[in-house]
Amino acid sequence: MEIFISSIIRGLAIGSTYALIAVGFVIIYRATQVINFAQPALMILGAYFTSWFVFSIGFPFPIAVLAAMVVLAAIGVTTERIALRPLVGQPVFSAAMVTVGVFIVLTVVASRLIGPDILTVGDPWQLNRLVVGDIIIFHVDIAKIVVSLSAIALVGALLQYSRVGLAMRATSLDQETALAQGIPVGRMFSLAWALSAALTGLAGMLIGTGAGGIEATTALIALKALPVIILGGLDSIKGSVIAGLVIGVAESLTRSYQPEYAPFLGTNVDIIVPYLILVVSLMVRPYGLFGTKEVTRV
Amino acid sequence: MTSRSAQQSLSRGRPMLYADYRAEQAIWNTTSKKVVSLLLFIVALSLPMFLNRDLIGVFALVIVYAIGGIGLNIISGYAGQISLGHAFFMGLGAYTAAVVGGVSTNLVRGFELDVLIWLPLAGLVPAAIGWLIAPLAARVRGLYLAILTLGLLFIGEHIFKEATWMSGGGGVGRAPTTVVLAGFNIYQRRTIFGVDFSAIGMFYLFCLLLLVVMGILARNLARSRQGRSFAAVRDRDIAAEVMGVPLMQTKRLAFTISSFYAGIAGALLTVVLGFTTPERWNLLLSIDFLAVVLIGGVATISGPIAGAMFVVLLPRIIEWAARILPFISTTVGSNQFLNVFQLQRILFGAMIVLFLVLEPRGLYGIWIRVRNYFKAWPFSY
Repeated sequence: MEIFISSIIRGLAIGSTYALIAVGFVIIYRATQVINFAQPALMILGAYFTSWFVFSIGFPFPIAVLAAMVVLAAIGVTTERIALRPLVGQPVFSAAMVTVGVFIVLTVVASRLIGPDILTVGDPWQLNRLVVGDIIIFHVDIAKIVVSLSAIALVGALLQYSRVGLAMRATSLDQETALAQGIPVGRMFSLAWALSAALTGLAGMLIGTGAGGIEATTALIALKALPVIILGGLDSIKGSVIAGLVIGVAESLTRSYQPEYAPFLGTNVDIIVPYLILVVSLMVRPYGLFGTKEVTRV
Repeated sequence: MTSRSAQQSLSRGRPMLYADYRAEQAIWNTTSKKVVSLLLFIVALSLPMFLNRDLIGVFALVIVYAIGGIGLNIISGYAGQISLGHAFFMGLGAYTAAVVGGVSTNLVRGFELDVLIWLPLAGLVPAAIGWLIAPLAARVRGLYLAILTLGLLFIGEHIFKEATWMSGGGGVGRAPTTVVLAGFNIYQRRTIFGVDFSAIGMFYLFCLLLLVVMGILARNLARSRQGRSFAAVRDRDIAAEVMGVPLMQTKRLAFTISSFYAGIAGALLTVVLGFTTPERWNLLLSIDFLAVVLIGGVATISGPIAGAMFVVLLPRIIEWAARILPFISTTVGSNQFLNVFQLQRILFGAMIVLFLVLEPRGLYGIWIRVRNYFKAWPFSY
């Protein structure tokens, strides 16, 4: 029972960071119909800059996180302006491939910055833990859940209730009509990339907390957000949150119980659990739990 | 209809004038294309006589990349569906070949069968898996196939690592298949017509012949009814469906054929590289092939060949440049600005972005521009 509850908590923690990355994907998808494959690189850059602001500049941790998010937003805007804006009106194929190119460039930059060592982000939670009865809860897991979900809630509220959010939703609904209503569509694209990159950077920081640390190959964790957006629906923030938590818990439970009950599957099966869920989800419900079913017109 | 002699006289004076559709759609529709293709083939054939073993290995790699690139171009270029799982199908082909044609050790299985058996199987097994998987993503439009194939890549890597009898296990790997064609070992040093061919040189020739066959097959596919329906699905899927092109089946066929090519390329790749570990079939390899297609030229056959040359030779050129330029280091982990591997990766990424933004038709497009410039020379248009 203790194992069960602590793996649920660990699953919710990692799942909430997946949800955070997934929301980054969803925001860009809603604005430009492109899946941004550069997201993993943005994620580790976020962790790197947090670490850099803490250790090299000497900012207190919360300020360092915010500063890193600002830097990431700037990287996102620059990327969009240089690489993606020229492709507006081109097929999504080209734009998605451009993000793959950006992924490669930024990954090299990140691994050059990080170097061969494992980097810590300088978080205050470290390995502190809370003992409730027999259950051990790491502070960092609580922090992951609280920070991720409040960041997502903040962005959700921004999209739902603010004037800018309304403009962004209008842009995602129909770019040309939005432009005709006087919405600066180009600026909305920039804003989407800025928001998305900042959130992804924050997720990178969370993944680097606690015992984790960040190295260049950590980037691939961000790809687990792709099953999340398929399960949740490509354009749904609510779907991302729920699917993120589901996938996180499924992964964590597999890690706890698979070696005992299904050893024939081999080691580290938990790594591929999100992708198995992806395959099943495409089979059963291709538009995801909360995704909008596409209506095609000639 | 004009008579045959009238056609010939027409085409002599007006090289781009076609009197019937068949002539326009021919593989080599102009005389210059015929001549250039033949010359290139002769040059490629004679390469093993001039180059040392190391360089001929690089060119064998170019050819393998070209075969894989042509395969990816069928699904991504002609049918317009992005696949990030090309490396998975390559791995599948490689292990099929290694199990059917390889040598057994105490760790891995191998049946030591003939090329004539393992080569088709190396294509057919991935094709069958591709055929089974395609419907999952083909139901939905857009980038779903990219995500599905990405997932496949990770699931595949896990299976490859765990199936020790097949791959030797993670971090260990296994030796490639043997290349024995009807009792004749291709991967062996031989003297033919008084010319000395190294083992890799012989294998290079084998790959070259395969490239020619598979290239022509792909070109024929592209100008067939199926190829036209691929293009229709890519350009406007709803319109294609209205005109009676079955969307699902077309996407499925493109994916299956692409997987076939990937499997063959994977099998050949392991022979060129030698010992391979399951970690080789990862996202970076898939991206290499996307680079081959995007840099070479989307929806062409000659494009991936040029792209393969670019992608495979670029690291060599960078290594060579590293000796001259001080800010690039040749060793990993030193304090120089960038090492060779990083520079090569960053150039790949930048090239993909630059080509898509500035010249979406790739190297092929640049060639078309140069050709058109000289065609109209000395007038600018």
